[in-house]
Amino acid sequence: MKIGLLHSLIRKDEKFLIDEFNAVKGVKLEMLDDREVTFNLGKDRFEFDVVVERCINHSRALHGLKLFESAGVTCVNTYNVATICGDKLLTSVALSENNIPQPEVRVAFTEESALKAIEEMGYPVVLKPAVGSWGRLLSKVNDRDAAEAILEHKTILGSYHHSIFYIQKYVEKSGRDIRSFVVGDKCIAAIYRTSPHWITNTARGGLATNCPVSDELNDISVRAAKAVGGGIVAIDIFESNKGLMVNEVNYTMEYKNSIATTGVNIPQKMVEYILQVAEGRK
Amino acid sequence: MTTECPVCGAQLELIEGTVVGELIECPECGTELEVISLDPPTVKEAPQEEEDWGE
Repeated sequence: MKIGLLHSLIRKDEKFLIDEFNAVKGVKLEMLDDREVTFNLGKDRFEFDVVVERCINHSRALHGLKLFESAGVTCVNTYNVATICGDKLLTSVALSENNIPQPEVRVAFTEESALKAIEEMGYPVVLKPAVGSWGRLLSKVNDRDAAEAILEHKTILGSYHHSIFYIQKYVEKSGRDIRSFVVGDKCIAAIYRTSPHWITNTARGGLATNCPVSDELNDISVRAAKAVGGGIVAIDIFESNKGLMVNEVNYTMEYKNSIATTGVNIPQKMVEYILQVAEGRK
Repeated sequence: MTTECPVCGAQLELIEGTVVGELIECPECGTELEVISLDPPTVKEAPQEEEDWGE
């Protein structure tokens, strides 16, 4: 069986995955560095049973997946999943269409309409770039003065996609949220991410501890994963006074700090699933 | 396999199983480095974070 691994830098996450693939008999792993790979549209004949996407750049992941799928290659995750998860607006639409609880979200296209939406929602709210990661450029807006300033800055300083105003009601989360890991039909593990800062991403210093996977957590995680197209995804979840709510879904999930924390060999579970996909069993 | 940190000049040991493209950290100066060759062992400073990096 021939597996392609589309990657850029090899972080610990990718290294764990490579080691797991190399431990499986009969698997030939071919590294596809996105800084070197080229595509010849309509003429490419790839012989991979599956290509696994592990790029750091969202843009390369998205376009690489499209090109491999267009050449007839099965990919994990799919282009469709990357498209939806790579855009918070599309993710929220998918969650909404599938009746999965999420914080209130409003979208506006001008400063004026965005301010109107924020005032209707009530403070605080969080303004997020629709496309972005690792907690970059998130703004918690506590009052009208801050809203006016941030909206003006985003309009003037940002590129056009910063003028798609994605506004999420701020959820008080008592210093922590949940990151759950879904592989196929199951939530295999989860962590709490605790931080004194309202942004709890581990990339921003959030501390990871094990979170037991309850039936409720498994249910909302798997439903969220299916809503965006399924596969291998990590779900960010708030514990609100109305129950669990999905914040975001990540399609090139980072897990290196969660293996020892949860006691679950996450890359091994990923490889088992990917091989099932390659064999047409998923 | 040993090579030299391009930032501080420290000797770096590339452990068995290291792959091209792998990120490592210089134990002396803490710089994040990318392995660009195994034969001969060579590293360079890792690229800076870009706008669309993430999950």
